[in-house]
Amino acid sequence: MSNQAPRRVIPIKVEPPSSLSAAERSTVLEACARLKKLPGALLPILHAVQEALRFVPKDAVPLIAQELNLSVAEVHGVVTFYHYFLSERPGRHVVHFCRAEACQALGSVALEAHAKASLGVDFHGTTRDGAITLEPVYCLGNCALGPSLMIDEQLHGRITPERFDALMTQSRERT
Amino acid sequence: MKIYVPRDAAALGVGADQTAEGIVAEARRRGIAIELIRNGSRGLLWLEPLVEVDVGGTRMAYGPVQAQDVAGLFDADFASGKPHALSHGATAKIPYLKKQERLTFARVGITDPRSLEDYKEHGGYRGLAAALTQKPADIVASVTASGLRGRGGAAFPAGIKWKTVLSTPGAQKYIVCNADEGDSGTFSDRMLMEGDPFVLIEGMTIAGLATGATQGYIYLRWEYPQAKAALEAAIAAAATAGFLGQNIQGSGKAFELEVRMGAGAYICGEETSLLESLEGKRGQVRFKPPLPAIEGLWGKPTVINNVITFASVPIIMDRGAEYYQHFGMGRSRGTLPMQLAGNIKQGGLVEIAFGMTLRELLYDFGGGSFSGRPIRAVQVGGPLGAYHPESQFDTPLDYEAFAAIKGMLGHGGIVAFDDSVDMAAQARYAMEFCAIESCGKCTPCRIGSTRGVEVIDRLIAGENSAQQEAILRDLCETLTYGSLCALGGLTPYPVISALNHFPQDFVKPSRASSAAG
Repeated sequence: MSNQAPRRVIPIKVEPPSSLSAAERSTVLEACARLKKLPGALLPILHAVQEALRFVPKDAVPLIAQELNLSVAEVHGVVTFYHYFLSERPGRHVVHFCRAEACQALGSVALEAHAKASLGVDFHGTTRDGAITLEPVYCLGNCALGPSLMIDEQLHGRITPERFDALMTQSRERT
Repeated sequence: MKIYVPRDAAALGVGADQTAEGIVAEARRRGIAIELIRNGSRGLLWLEPLVEVDVGGTRMAYGPVQAQDVAGLFDADFASGKPHALSHGATAKIPYLKKQERLTFARVGITDPRSLEDYKEHGGYRGLAAALTQKPADIVASVTASGLRGRGGAAFPAGIKWKTVLSTPGAQKYIVCNADEGDSGTFSDRMLMEGDPFVLIEGMTIAGLATGATQGYIYLRWEYPQAKAALEAAIAAAATAGFLGQNIQGSGKAFELEVRMGAGAYICGEETSLLESLEGKRGQVRFKPPLPAIEGLWGKPTVINNVITFASVPIIMDRGAEYYQHFGMGRSRGTLPMQLAGNIKQGGLVEIAFGMTLRELLYDFGGGSFSGRPIRAVQVGGPLGAYHPESQFDTPLDYEAFAAIKGMLGHGGIVAFDDSVDMAAQARYAMEFCAIESCGKCTPCRIGSTRGVEVIDRLIAGENSAQQEAILRDLCETLTYGSLCALGGLTPYPVISALNHFPQDFVKPSRASSAAG
């Protein structure tokens, strides 16, 4: 019994199984390589990944963890702690709808109901045509000219149901 | 012909880019040479997009100017300051602006935020020049003597914080700017960063000289992309001109600065949570002590202040502590940039010395509600601030005066509601918000906020109301005294103030009418 099972080589770096495309994988690795020397690099890396891919794919998490020498749980914990990071691929445009008090004072609660009904989605949902993802946001800093929302990175103030519909139509027309 | 069209996010939100494009196109069509400057906002937000024309050195205001108004303005010869339906005369003489005391916001809306030269021509970097001739302890003494208190909300004396960092030994110290302005009803940090980013950079640099810190971070919320662009452009310009880097203005002193983005977590406005986030972790609150001034970022001594606090420092160093200190009342010295928001006719930024009453602000500046209905309730100090009824509108804007009526000035946000507001719904929202944004570290906040929503639902539904109200008050006491930070600790403010001042809203209409009948 002393011999002779062949010795298995356990690689130190295990590449986690992944459904990322080659392009997505190289985007994530490039972001890690570029930013991992920064002190507190995880948030900058997650921002870079989301900026490039529009979300942080679940399979990017083990890859980032490996690059930063963190546990998967630590990276998952950070991704899910922050509302801005999306774990699912969003629609072509992300609409951040302000739910905070100053917008409420100008009728955003009724506007929110209109938005959900007209898009046919709840918060965090994507319209069936894949055009729009509706996300809540707690203040856009446009509190004197509410109700407010942000489409991708463009802020819009003084939103009425009619203006909301017009903006959604315009967004759908843009690619 | 010099024309100003703001690049401020609020102005962009109502079409300032389209207005600017319209002006360029119309000028070209008419063969008129113009110089277009994208300034910050003057803070008269109901007039945005506010277009200004320089007429012989006087800036004349037109607003709100939409793209379709541009041809009409050229027809009326607005280049010569001629009257038009949208004309407001000289900008500086508009009462809303004329009645203000702008110290921190002195340049916002006036200068080109992308131009370091413009900043210097308008008194910029004079504070740093003064600081470079002084010993660290003397800079700290000036800040202390000015009476400047943290403008983020907690109102802790800035000088004491700086002194602690100065006197704590450390090979590496940090200056961190809290630009995670998450309070609803506030936008002064955003306006300042977009409209005068250099003053924040100068203030943080002075803080570095005063405490021996050589690295600074601005922790900025993702919701402010325009502020990010403005800050990064300004940091690059300041570094090129030797105002940042390893040898500031030939002094041999070093200070580097970097912008870091938040990711949509209200709790990261809490200082220890912000530090965790900067370190790349979940934004969970730390136990205190140790104070960040002693063990802050990566365990090193750290000055962490709000945008407006740092931005108030250059004028203190330039004009002297006494100059700043003579504004204000009681222990609230200097000025506070108030932000008029919500259901208000003339919303915007009002920088005034402490001491004006809430009523003056709401009616003399704000012009009453936007809807034209009576103002019924006002929330002061963000989502954790109390709701105030009309009977408290004569309270002076002063940290201690608001504390005395169980409220807080916080970061200076004022959100007005008209008489259509349902205060029980507002109280419920306060608990819901706390549940969504709780970092989860302490039980009163994590669990209590969800239980709070449930209790308010039962209270509104009229299920044994007296008992539910007692439970709600008891729960709020637990939150107040048992939470680790201000999120759980102050959520009872909006809840209890709504309950105390507007009890009728918590009674079901059918029961109210049957009780009356």
